[in-house]
Amino acid sequence: MTLAPSITFQGQASIEGRQLFAPLTLCLDAGRWTCLLGGSGVGKTTVLRLMADLPTGADFDGSIVATDGLPVVDRVAYMAQDDLLMPWASVEKNITLGAQLRGQTVDVVRMERLITRCGLQDHRTKKPSELSGGQRQRVALARTLMEDKPIVLLDEPFSALDAQTRAAMQNMAAELLQGRTVMVVTHDPGEAARLGHAIQVMTPAGLTAVTPPTAAVPRAVDALETLTCQSQLLTLLMGQAA
Amino acid sequence: MKVWPPIAATLFALFVWQIIVTLTGVQKFILPGPALVAEAWWYNRAVIAEHTLITLIEILLGMAIGTALGIATALQLATSKVARTLVQPILVFTQALPVFALAPILTLWLGFGLWSKIAMAVLIIYFPVTSAFFDGLMRTPSGYLDLAKTMQAHPSRVLWKIRVPAALPSLGAGVRLAAVYAPIGAVIGEWVGASRGLGALMIMSNGRAKTDLMFAAMLTLGVMSVLLYVCVAKLTRRLGDRET
Ligand SMILES: Nc1ncnc2c1ncn2[C@@H]1O[C@H](COP(=O)(O)OP(=O)(O)O)[C@@H](O)[C@H]1O
Ligand SMILES: [Mg+2]
Repeated sequence: MTLAPSITFQGQASIEGRQLFAPLTLCLDAGRWTCLLGGSGVGKTTVLRLMADLPTGADFDGSIVATDGLPVVDRVAYMAQDDLLMPWASVEKNITLGAQLRGQTVDVVRMERLITRCGLQDHRTKKPSELSGGQRQRVALARTLMEDKPIVLLDEPFSALDAQTRAAMQNMAAELLQGRTVMVVTHDPGEAARLGHAIQVMTPAGLTAVTPPTAAVPRAVDALETLTCQSQLLTLLMGQAA
Repeated sequence: MKVWPPIAATLFALFVWQIIVTLTGVQKFILPGPALVAEAWWYNRAVIAEHTLITLIEILLGMAIGTALGIATALQLATSKVARTLVQPILVFTQALPVFALAPILTLWLGFGLWSKIAMAVLIIYFPVTSAFFDGLMRTPSGYLDLAKTMQAHPSRVLWKIRVPAALPSLGAGVRLAAVYAPIGAVIGEWVGASRGLGALMIMSNGRAKTDLMFAAMLTLGVMSVLLYVCVAKLTRRLGDRET
């Protein structure tokens, strides 16, 4: 992996002339997790997709630049709520999809290491349909890591999982994505409180930065400061909803 | 699927058929009973087998060629916008034409042998296969394409690694339709001009008032078509299982 850059997202977006979000500035610190927290429909996914240069249906007026001045798009790995596993391909084939799509030879050593670290040793030849939701999301995580990109964009990656699986996945992701510039979009205050080195609450009016707890990421689910932060974030979200 | 209900229903239908024939006393060259048809079938079994084989060959070759052409066309259309704009309207227009009406001209061009029948089958199945596969290729889940884009995928690799496998169940549906239509195409070709094949046998029996043999040939065609469909359905479903 090349050195992870910081990224500054600056601008506004509209859909058919209707403003989706007001001008905002979002900085992703190099090698850290930034949580973008907000209710449904405020435009979180749109921000993330703009960063990944994916189609959005919105007109974007602004800029997305990396501190090192190099292009952003070819240094991005993307993971969504839908695991996007190819149902016809085995776990191994899914993990190595990127190399196959680029016509590169698969880095088998790296694949083996990721299979082990993501706890997929017993599933390597299985099809996605034979896996549980949590296992599938671990395959998606391994596929994301296989790309070895310095910037990782996660769009509600764990929101389809049950509570304990989600907490386990958060731990695993926090450990394995260490050192990369990560943005995780979420509507879950608990997730933001556990994972964010920086937390930004997104509303139609713009962004509000919230100071995260001081403990190292991933923070304990039962630590008082995590819970305090979580309720502070929830209050903030509810205040905006009212 | 349980085997007994269809068998019971068939036996019942044969029974009703025989009752009607016996009660009305209808002449046997108008409507022979199932017993007579069975007798004609057994008596002519060698002839029927020979003609069945011919028709089966026409159907299988027609399906193979028609499916191959359909796959190639769908791939072309899916990968080239120019091809879509140029070819798609023509393709739809040809579907509005009664292809059956071409049977005599195909016989004129290709002769009385197998090829005019194969061509008829190909013409009939080409569009269903093309359009089913093409639809599948154009309806790749957008999330897969997003993922491929972030991976800097090469378009031709996206086609073979994602779009084609994702479209295989659609192709399977097209091939199953082809299995239904191909026998119709082959038999229509035989009706128009042939000395061999079940369609030809039906026309000949009809001309000689051998209605019982006509029915025997027709039922043989029906059974063969159903068996063909079952086999094709099994094969394509397995393909779908493996690929989805
Ligand atoms: N392609 C599109 N065309 C029209 N409207 C869209 C499109 N994509 C998203 N939107 C609208 O933009 C708004 C924000 O969407 P999104 O960025 O997905 O929000 P979030 O991820 O925060 O839930 C939503 O109201 C949605 O209806
Ligand atoms: Mg969203």
